[in-house]
Amino acid sequence: MTSADRGGSSDGPAPRPHAGAVLASGVVEALGGGATRPDDDAVLTDLVAFTRLLRNAGVPVTPDRTATYLQALREIDLASEVATYWAGRLTLCADPDDIARYDEAFHAWFSSDPREQRMGRAVAPKPRTATIAALSSPERSGTGEDDDEDVPELRVAASGEEVLRDRDIAELTIGEREHLRRMLALLRPDPPRRRARRRRPARRGEPDARRTLRATLRHAGEIPGLERRARRERPRRVVLLLDVSGSMAPYADALLRFAHVLTRRTPQAVETFTLGTRLTRVTRELRQRDPERALRDAAAAIPDWSGGTRLGEVLSAFLDRWGQRGVARRAVVVVFSDGWERGGTELLGEQMARLERLAHAVVWVNPHAGKRGYEPVQGGIAAALPHVDRLLAGHSLATLQELTEVLADA
Amino acid sequence: MTAASDLAGPDDVSAALGRTGYLADSGLASAAFLALRMGRPLFCEGEPGTGKTALAQALADVLGAPLIRLQCHEGIDAAQALYDWDFPRQLLHLRTVEAAASASGTALDADATEASLYDRRFLLARPVLQALQTTPSVLLVDEVDRADDEFEAFLLEVLAENSVTIPEVGVVKAETPPLVVLTSNRTREVHDALKRRCLYLWLDHPDLVREVAILKSRMPQLSTELAEQVAQAVHRLRGLDLLKPPGVAETLDWAAALELIGARHLDLESATATLGAVLKYREDADRARDALDALLAS
Repeated sequence: MTSADRGGSSDGPAPRPHAGAVLASGVVEALGGGATRPDDDAVLTDLVAFTRLLRNAGVPVTPDRTATYLQALREIDLASEVATYWAGRLTLCADPDDIARYDEAFHAWFSSDPREQRMGRAVAPKPRTATIAALSSPERSGTGEDDDEDVPELRVAASGEEVLRDRDIAELTIGEREHLRRMLALLRPDPPRRRARRRRPARRGEPDARRTLRATLRHAGEIPGLERRARRERPRRVVLLLDVSGSMAPYADALLRFAHVLTRRTPQAVETFTLGTRLTRVTRELRQRDPERALRDAAAAIPDWSGGTRLGEVLSAFLDRWGQRGVARRAVVVVFSDGWERGGTELLGEQMARLERLAHAVVWVNPHAGKRGYEPVQGGIAAALPHVDRLLAGHSLATLQELTEVLADA
Repeated sequence: MTAASDLAGPDDVSAALGRTGYLADSGLASAAFLALRMGRPLFCEGEPGTGKTALAQALADVLGAPLIRLQCHEGIDAAQALYDWDFPRQLLHLRTVEAAASASGTALDADATEASLYDRRFLLARPVLQALQTTPSVLLVDEVDRADDEFEAFLLEVLAENSVTIPEVGVVKAETPPLVVLTSNRTREVHDALKRRCLYLWLDHPDLVREVAILKSRMPQLSTELAEQVAQAVHRLRGLDLLKPPGVAETLDWAAALELIGARHLDLESATATLGAVLKYREDADRARDALDALLAS
């Protein structure tokens, strides 16, 4: 596998010396016949250092992935940059979000020519819109969008409007925190249920032919009685969309805590996203048991606390990237927002109609809805209202409790 | 048909796949090559219609191996993926043995009867067991994201061991592990432990040149002009920010529809008539119709 003449495939770049090739000739021997050249260790160290660079870039590289990577390098022709590139991408990446990071790291590490940016078709998939922040790593939120020529004005608008700062939960007064914690600890929300596909043994229900037969076998061919089965119930998915824009800031902490309480009840059936100038998924952070840690991590993941709102666009990003794929399908979707929409409301109405068609039920929670004299006349909420099953208030313990009852019955 | 050991590098895999009518780029060829060499499952993710399932079929064709498909769905369990006992037949067998014994007046040997009940002929091999018993074979675990996460854990165990334990029969181990292709549409995140065992391949829509080549190879009777026009139009459709951007399958459908109505070129009339083959949402069709002139401009 040391021949350099198979360097480029028909659709890759022409064979040319790259920094990796120099490294490669050493690796072949290091990995191959167990040769003991003095710099073998250096070569291996170098490759492992590349995986470390990747890890720093946000790709979750684990030792077993590194081992697989080295195993893959043994199989391919290391003189070919294309093959080296793919061996790493196939073994070290595990998510489309990783690919842009891998591309960047690979070119920084292996390319001898700094102008060399992309090779062949090996470009990362473009995110559908620039409104999506890199999930869970706000410090790298620009990655993968820099070369996205389709939506430059969107990006400029986004970075101009949003306040990319971390929200510190410690800023709350002690009394408020104590109060929130106690009030939320009291909640034991029951998740909505749906009928599952699987059936389970039951006292009443349809006859279960298989279990009847098995019982018959146990009784040497005599039928001891009719076994029955009924459909099981499983928690129905709940999707929480939290508006974290400036106008919702006083409620954001409480709502995230509420999301955490719901998530802890049925971790697999609750998905939480925050809406601001970007869409951020905080489900993973909220699955942690300790509420303070979960909230701290979630706060760190959200790059656009108290920024502007572009509800329509962000909702569209949610539906494109998650909702339509399955997250919103037959789920109970709860939108926590005051419906302040900066731009036109046409897009919001259109996206809410889409959401309505996908979801089992759509609940809109508006903290202002509970206030005296409130009328849903703001542009955003007026456009969304025709597509909402319930409009609820969410500004106090009583109203949040009401929400849990609505959820349980949905 | 090619043995896996004959494929010396990604280029050979690419050529072999090309002979079956599946045009692979360098990434795909590297992935298939490494999956064969390292004996690792290939985990394919990507938009619907980018040829994930077709890849498994093409690999099966290259290896001359049967493609065994396990379609995942919510609530799938081991009995549907691994094996099941054929209870009705076992029961019939039991009755027959009983009847024969009472007719001849001999006593029934309980142990022998029980052993005969768990005979291999009453074992229904489901896809995973079939794949382990067939050498060589390609096992396609389609849309694994639709299955429950408990099923993932179970799948992980089978993929790690390449064997299945049936209490009444013993361990069934694959002589040569099957080539496993898993696909996912990302409706939910598949557990990291499963991904870690696999090679990860993200499939994107093909570029223009490749898509024309795919059209020509799948539909040799299609005129080059029409193929280029269709591929071009589909490419522009993908840039329109649609709810469901058309995949390769839709491109092929569209070309077939155009051919059936006897269109020689893709013009306003023929495109409007056949738009339903490529766009499946009313909103998308409306948006495309407004932009149809620009889409068809050469």
